[in-house]
Amino acid sequence: MSRNDQVWIKRNYENCSGCRRCEIACALYHEGKIWPEASRIRVFMLVPGVEIPHLCFQCDDYPCVEACPTEALSVNSQTRAVNVDASKCTACGLCIKACPGNVPHLHPEGNYIVICDLCDGKPKCVKACQEGRWNTLMPVPREKEVSYKTLAKTPKELTHEVAKQILGEETAKEVID
Amino acid sequence: MRGYAGKFLEIDLSNRNIKETKFPDEVLRDYIGGRGLATKVLWDRLGREWETVDPLGPENILLVLTGPFTGYFPGTKVCVSGKSPQSNGVIGSTVAGEFGIDLKCAGYDGLIITGKAEKPCYVFICDNQVEIKDASPIWGKKARETLRFLVRKSIEEIKDARPNYGEVKEPSILYIGPAGENKTRVAAVVAKYAHGAGYGGYGGVMGAKNLKAIVAKGFGPVPDVYDKEKTLSLAKGFSELNFEMERFRRWGTGGGGYFFGAETSSEPIRNWQNEWHNKESYKGEEFDKYWVKKNWGDFGCPTTCLKLAVLKTGRFKGAICDNPDYELEAYLGTNLGIFTPEENIYLSYVSNELGLCGIQGGAVLGLAAELYEKEILTKEDLDGIEPEWANVEAFTTLAEKVAFRQGIGDILAEGVYRAALKLGEMKGVDLLKYAVHEKGVAIGAHGVRSGKDFIAKNIAYACSVQGGDHTSTASLPLDQGSGELSTIMADSAVFCVFAAFGIEDIKMFNFYEAVTGWKLTKKEWYNEKALRILHLQRAMLLLGGPDVKWKPKADDDNPPRFWEPLPSGPYKGKTLDRKMFEESRLEYFRAAGWNENGVPKPETLRRLGLEDVEAKLKEVSLIK
Ligand code: SF4
Ligand code: SF4
Ligand code: SF4
Repeated sequence: MSRNDQVWIKRNYENCSGCRRCEIACALYHEGKIWPEASRIRVFMLVPGVEIPHLCFQCDDYPCVEACPTEALSVNSQTRAVNVDASKCTACGLCIKACPGNVPHLHPEGNYIVICDLCDGKPKCVKACQEGRWNTLMPVPREKEVSYKTLAKTPKELTHEVAKQILGEETAKEVID
Repeated sequence: MRGYAGKFLEIDLSNRNIKETKFPDEVLRDYIGGRGLATKVLWDRLGREWETVDPLGPENILLVLTGPFTGYFPGTKVCVSGKSPQSNGVIGSTVAGEFGIDLKCAGYDGLIITGKAEKPCYVFICDNQVEIKDASPIWGKKARETLRFLVRKSIEEIKDARPNYGEVKEPSILYIGPAGENKTRVAAVVAKYAHGAGYGGYGGVMGAKNLKAIVAKGFGPVPDVYDKEKTLSLAKGFSELNFEMERFRRWGTGGGGYFFGAETSSEPIRNWQNEWHNKESYKGEEFDKYWVKKNWGDFGCPTTCLKLAVLKTGRFKGAICDNPDYELEAYLGTNLGIFTPEENIYLSYVSNELGLCGIQGGAVLGLAAELYEKEILTKEDLDGIEPEWANVEAFTTLAEKVAFRQGIGDILAEGVYRAALKLGEMKGVDLLKYAVHEKGVAIGAHGVRSGKDFIAKNIAYACSVQGGDHTSTASLPLDQGSGELSTIMADSAVFCVFAAFGIEDIKMFNFYEAVTGWKLTKKEWYNEKALRILHLQRAMLLLGGPDVKWKPKADDDNPPRFWEPLPSGPYKGKTLDRKMFEESRLEYFRAAGWNENGVPKPETLRRLGLEDVEAKLKEVSLIK
């Protein structure tokens, strides 16, 4: 697989309806259950109407993998997704701290981190979102020129940015700060 | 047991006692959840002294219940219930949002809240950590501030409990605004900014319990179902149907403002003096420039029929709300003589901020405006406010008065029926002819006079056990998908009827079986289980009290205004035919197993295993 066959999930935050069908699809695929907290994509709604689907940005230099002291994290050479070896993960949380978007989170019941693994190259969340034609999550080829790490932000940072777009600066300020 | 978490939380606010409650399988099989189960709990616990229970007193029980469909059916709601301060009966009032999902993921099928807290409080639930917390910093606060406080504080608390978890997602929140705090009968229980359980007046019940909000966060999975493959494949089919409904997906019920107003003459105009408006107003397209091109839906929702509306410019800049759905287009629009989307959005925002029910609150503003128009209420009576039709500022001020029960607002806060009674006494005239309600519940924005509305026909409200609730209307034959017994299924299994458009009810029974593993035939539902729930609701509605009681038959009637001929439009001159109405009503009574006066017959009650209801109705001489 060349770099250009690899999928990157582009997010159009302003399109997100908050339907969480992506969470349902992800959890069903990975956990066999409808389980919002165990989903690798989580839709944050820190302010009603401003919904932020949050999942791994696949930074080019993978700071999370670098930070992991137990080698529980690795980069899938095919998809470039971060793979988690749950048996090696000690839930120390260093990957979360290293991630510019605070993306990894603990499995709600198991003592290990979960991160989007791109469903082996066929992202289920994207399919669910596309079915509904919300076009929030779009599969795009992974490009050399783009620095994906610069897109990685925390839910709070993204909420601020998107709220400004949707609500206008003043109103956003009032409802968030 | 599948499809259920298996336990309920019982919270006594008076002595701050919290415990887990279970119901036997038979009870869940018969009453399912949501509205059905609420009815059962209320009857068992308060039935004996129902007439004396004050809905706004500490003795009322507030129920917040999910159903087995919660989490699996695409599109979610939660059902709020209790003794209704509007009807003095029981209403199952549903509200959208993720609250039901979070509750189930926390391990509970529902909440049973009793007593009254000494001081303003809120309930915080995070899995098995359940606490009653101090709400004094947000008591008196409107929607935006309440939410901002609770989201922030709750996230901090969850983070403290799970230090290495990573980013914590916000919990789901049900809350009240000032309208609920001040125990108005027109207050909603609200989720997000603008989703409300308004029918019933349960916002006032929360206020009476000093309960500002309920916060829920669950980290577990939605409970397992009996047949996962089948459940998911049926759910997929339901979604696919919805994906095809372009119009509905684009405008939601808000696309109806034109249809009901201009074509079918069933939309309220100026306190229902008319039901027709000319063609230019409230076409879905008219709203397009105010909503931010953003679909908005709740957990699993395929239609996302809601839209976020924001006024970014103009004199009402900064207002945010759900783009008004059809009901709010009507009750905070046409019914107040407002015909511009911008003002309609603004007034919806005002109503949301105050925690008023858009329908019940809008209805009482409309009543005040008509009484002012007719010079029955003067500027002095109205604390200097002059609610002329279309005067958004006047309606805004009046809405504030209602929510805070100030001056004239204290009377209007009682809802259209009680307000008309009180004002009538004050003025020494009969004002009930201007109160468009059914058993104390202001009627949904679907008039019956033209006969062209698809949900509201002659006996729709008159015979409904939920009064004016347009989502639960009575019709014949009893076992058809659009009647009240079918709504009892939606409100009890708890799913969104807007995500269930076009789905034959047989599929619902299949879905029920796939989720729970319990077989339920259509016959069993319509002839027995739904009918039993209906009878319990009917019995409590007739027992009523303490301030108001409904007389069977006499009060099973349309409000006087619906007997006035339509004054204009394509159905000008049309109204209901008295004789035909009475025939339908009698036929409905018979089909339901009630006598010719609308009282459940002893043999019907016995057939349904409701001997205790029979005894109670005998005790109060409703049956011999
Ligand atoms: S499926 Fe798409 S629209 Fe729905 S919540 Fe996920 S990202 Fe948003
Ligand atoms: S976004 Fe976070 S989790 Fe994903 S690769 Fe970058 S550092 Fe790792
Ligand atoms: S790509 Fe797969 S693993 Fe990643 S968030 Fe989407 S569904 Fe989950």
